[in-house]
Amino acid sequence: MSNIYKEIQKRILVLDGAMGTMLQRYNFSEEDFRGVRFKDYPSSLKGNNDLLSLTQPQAIADIHRLYFDAGADIVETNTFSGTTIAMADYGMENLVYELNFESAKIAKQVAEEFTKANPEKPRFVAGSIGPTNKTASLSPDVNKPEYRAITFEELRIAYKQQTEALIDGGVDVLLVETIFDTLNAKAALFAIEEVKEERHIDIPIMVSGTITDASGRTLSGQTVEAFLTSMSHIPLLSVGFNCALGAEQLKPYLQRLSHGTEFHTSAHPNAGLPNAFGEYDQTPEQMQELIEDYLKDGLINIIGGCCGTNPDHIQAIAKVAEKYQPRQLKVEV
Amino acid sequence: MADSNKYLTLSGLEPLVVTLESNFINVGERTNVTGSRKFLRLIKEEKYDEALEVARHQVDGGAQILDVNMDEGMLDGVYAMTTFLNLIASEPDIARIPIMIDSSKWSIIEAGLRVAQGKCVVNSISLKEGEEEFKRQATLVKRYGAAVVVMAFDETGQADNYQRRIDICKRSYDFLVNEVNFPPQDIIFDPNIFPVATGMEEHRLNALDFFNATKWIRENLPYANVSGGVSNVSFSFRGNNTVREAMHSAFLFHAIKNGMNMGIVNPAMLEIYDEIDKELLELVEDVLFDRRDDATERLVDFAETVKDNKKEVDDAVQEWRNEPLQDRITHALVKGIDAFIIEDVEEARQVAKRPIEVIEGNLMIGMNVVGDLFGSGKMFLPQVVKSARVMKKAVAYLQPYIEAEKDGKVEFAGKILMATVKGDVHDIGKNIVSVVLGCNNYEIVDLGVMVPPEKIIETAIKEGVDIIGLSGLITPSLDEMVYVSKEMEKKNLSVPLIIGGATTSRAHTSVKIAPNYNNAVVHINDASRAVTVVGELLQKDSQPYKNQIREEYDKFREQFLKRGKQKDYISIEEARKKKFQIDWNASEIVKPKQLGIQVIEDFDITKLEDFIDWSPFFRSWDLHGKYPNILTDDVVGEQATELFSDAQELLKRIFDEKLLKAKAIFGLFPANTVNDDDIEVYSDNGEVVETFLSLRQQLKKRDGVPNIALADFVAPKNSGKQDYMGCFCVSTGFGTQELATKFEEDNDDYNSIMIKALADRLAEAFAEYLHKEVRTTIWGYAEGETLSNEELIKETYKGIRPAPGYPACPDHLEKKTIWKLLNVNEVIGVELTESLAMWPAASVSGYYFGNPEAKYFGLGKITEDQLKDYAKRRNISEDEARKWLNPNLAE
Repeated sequence: MSNIYKEIQKRILVLDGAMGTMLQRYNFSEEDFRGVRFKDYPSSLKGNNDLLSLTQPQAIADIHRLYFDAGADIVETNTFSGTTIAMADYGMENLVYELNFESAKIAKQVAEEFTKANPEKPRFVAGSIGPTNKTASLSPDVNKPEYRAITFEELRIAYKQQTEALIDGGVDVLLVETIFDTLNAKAALFAIEEVKEERHIDIPIMVSGTITDASGRTLSGQTVEAFLTSMSHIPLLSVGFNCALGAEQLKPYLQRLSHGTEFHTSAHPNAGLPNAFGEYDQTPEQMQELIEDYLKDGLINIIGGCCGTNPDHIQAIAKVAEKYQPRQLKVEV
Repeated sequence: MADSNKYLTLSGLEPLVVTLESNFINVGERTNVTGSRKFLRLIKEEKYDEALEVARHQVDGGAQILDVNMDEGMLDGVYAMTTFLNLIASEPDIARIPIMIDSSKWSIIEAGLRVAQGKCVVNSISLKEGEEEFKRQATLVKRYGAAVVVMAFDETGQADNYQRRIDICKRSYDFLVNEVNFPPQDIIFDPNIFPVATGMEEHRLNALDFFNATKWIRENLPYANVSGGVSNVSFSFRGNNTVREAMHSAFLFHAIKNGMNMGIVNPAMLEIYDEIDKELLELVEDVLFDRRDDATERLVDFAETVKDNKKEVDDAVQEWRNEPLQDRITHALVKGIDAFIIEDVEEARQVAKRPIEVIEGNLMIGMNVVGDLFGSGKMFLPQVVKSARVMKKAVAYLQPYIEAEKDGKVEFAGKILMATVKGDVHDIGKNIVSVVLGCNNYEIVDLGVMVPPEKIIETAIKEGVDIIGLSGLITPSLDEMVYVSKEMEKKNLSVPLIIGGATTSRAHTSVKIAPNYNNAVVHINDASRAVTVVGELLQKDSQPYKNQIREEYDKFREQFLKRGKQKDYISIEEARKKKFQIDWNASEIVKPKQLGIQVIEDFDITKLEDFIDWSPFFRSWDLHGKYPNILTDDVVGEQATELFSDAQELLKRIFDEKLLKAKAIFGLFPANTVNDDDIEVYSDNGEVVETFLSLRQQLKKRDGVPNIALADFVAPKNSGKQDYMGCFCVSTGFGTQELATKFEEDNDDYNSIMIKALADRLAEAFAEYLHKEVRTTIWGYAEGETLSNEELIKETYKGIRPAPGYPACPDHLEKKTIWKLLNVNEVIGVELTESLAMWPAASVSGYYFGNPEAKYFGLGKITEDQLKDYAKRRNISEDEARKWLNPNLAE
């Protein structure tokens, strides 16, 4: 059994913050994105953040390092869009295996450095599996409600490839995240189960949904409890929510989640809600205070940040997380 | 794991948690094509908007789970399930509740699981096919994140006693929990609710065994749930709703007490437990708990008093006899009661100035009420035909009085010519429409069956008819109708043309017929619409209606032709390469015990009763639903029950008085496939006697999915293996026409139609019976087979008996080969018409294929290259081949 199960008994684990926010600081140009290898690539590549694992691996490793320095126990691989479905935007479907494999390797290397330096606090890598840019239970065309731009089967195949590459690259955990359509995520879990069966391995899975707005539902319309019910058929390390909302808006849903599940819970909220310019301006101190509220109520086992958060936020969160006991799972009667 | 997670928890957009405190969970099942004729029709016609309304209605009505079933032979179940669930996903007020994906086909279940984001229930899986398949399905169900209904069914059959029920449930449970790691709370057992009080000794414990098994499951199989379909229990009292409703509530009451926590219950068929008559309740519970040896008899006796009571009530209701004359006449017509109609009509005649006024006044007032009720769906076809019987009797009584007057003549609302087209002998639908129109005061000129086009046109002109109605059932009739429409145009006819019959469609009519004829052309496929359409066509200023129809059909045609569910086809060469593969070295070929041709003359027809598939019988009366559920259907149950009892009555007469004669001829022969698609049939000394030509699917399919032809089920000559096949013709139609004519002479259209519908059913039953004999004795490859009638209908047997003219072999010309090979016409007297319909109509012919891998399939469309190839093989011109295969040619 992976020793993340041991660690999660002992303390609240800290997940890293945003990758995109950190990459913005580098202001990478089109040339930087291309590197040498894709110098002559026919279409624009700027904005394909996942590609930076191949063309700017140093920057990716540095960001992971900053988060571990700030106190994170787990960093996410730079593979949010690492499926043939999402990479089709750039015509880079055939790079998917390599992107995931390399991203996992980079993160794993950094994690091992830190574990070596401080064996008391082992560090972990979570393979980030994003939602893709298509939805299996919503039609993109209001006039054709029965139409779907993507099917379960297509998703299953794409997710399976990503999963295999992440595992080959050495991740400790798989993180199916930013789930706005539960059916997409079910396809991901299906694919992971297939890989587990074929390789006779077990690997911890984290699942993290997204409540899109104050309706308290996922984009595909499920309530917190329905989402939980739909995702609980596979043993999970944790279930939680991330993105879309800030820590404050997320709290009521975390309460319901924590009440309704026997898995560990996780949250990585945004740094507040975006301002008029689309920027996140919640300070580390403000976020720390809101997160402390979760901890006081014993809602959380894994805590981190999503859009707009940086190592300062994570440091503030890690600091306060140290002071509290992790959420207790209900025990079998 | 904590306690809360041990409850069955399902989800749509919202969760459903089934705790110990939960009330009984009611599963909505109107979105089930096998249980609701309306839903089936909507799905078939792709009226998904309206189908969604059915679902919404269920949710609004309090259903907590929505059962969706698309298992129907003519439906693409995977497509229908996917489309419907996708549409539900876009309706938040429906998608709120969890879905029960209900199918006997794994492919349909999987299609459903792939489009539902919530946690569904799969209905169902069982050990029927053995542990390996059970494990495979259960593992996938779990991986898709669904709960599952497990039937108490194993390799040897359905559990029918207490011990078998608990043994199978226990075995299933242990297997699921230990081998598949299936969460026990996600298991829902269906321990089989079977009828009680049937008079059969072995049914006495059916309810008690269910209760006890339920209790045992809930006590011994931790966290498992129990479900079932309640209405089965009262099956032997169909027709007696008082008893049935009491049985349902008492059963449910005790089943719930014993731990049944969900199920399918028709709320309309449920008495409140506390309000059940105490005496009845005791009798019912005596039966349910098998408390006395004479429990069944006592309940049956009581049931008859309820019937008698109802008759007493009827006597009370016969107060209608005291009502004013017009009300009595209307009542008699609406209820189809002919006992008093002559005396009432006589009374009316005496007060009327002229006898004709009785028809135009009294009777038409009554028939208008019938028409309105029928039009608004409050009366059903069999009732209307009964009304017509009363009407005809009344008119027949008045006729002499009317003719005795100088200018006595009945004024009709219009004159309508009806004909089944040349080459076709099927007339049940046509007769029903004629009757319905007849009782709406239209004069019907019925030319019968196999009517040549010249006769139709000549009669239309001579009689000055107002409308021509054409009917037909077999596919060549479609072309015949096209021909008639062209002839009508040539002869400058100007009367509207109505098209109807089982193979006709709005698509065919608008694309192939309407463009040929410049006056109105309308397709009608149910009798209730006939009255409205004819009324519109014959109203004074009918031009706007005609224009509207024309416009609709033009638009429909354009859309139809444009509509590209763009299908890809592969060449016949390629299709042959992708044939259905049977490993002939491994495949077991059984040599028939009795080779050669055999004849059955004068068969004991009563043996067929158990083999009758009743569902199509109801369909021929426009009552849609699966037997026996149709008898308790919310909408048509009452009518279906009444029709069924009338049918039983006539069937008894047929048996007792030997009214119909049944004959059969069949043969089994050495055979091998040659040149991929042809099957050579050999004589004893190995000479080729006849060659059957099969057609091959050409639709482009996924890798690994074969393009099948019937020839694939017979070993090819070059395999070196001697294989076998057979063919047959059965008929129960000898005597039908004479009987029908006799009924018609008595103005009894109801029974005239009934006898034909029954003869059709008996012919199918005979084919089923004979197939069984062939499988178990004559060919003998399935000697140990024991299948129930229901399983026969579901075609679970080994080997197939496809019929020329049906989906696997749409080529009617193959019948000629069968006729030659068996000498059908000369020996048993079943003839082929020029369109290759069989006469008498109640006949079935086909082939026998015995290979265990042989299965039914639909040919679908074929392309030009196969047509050319086929014409050569058949040694006919391409034009002629095109004529016969027209409905199957890709556009």
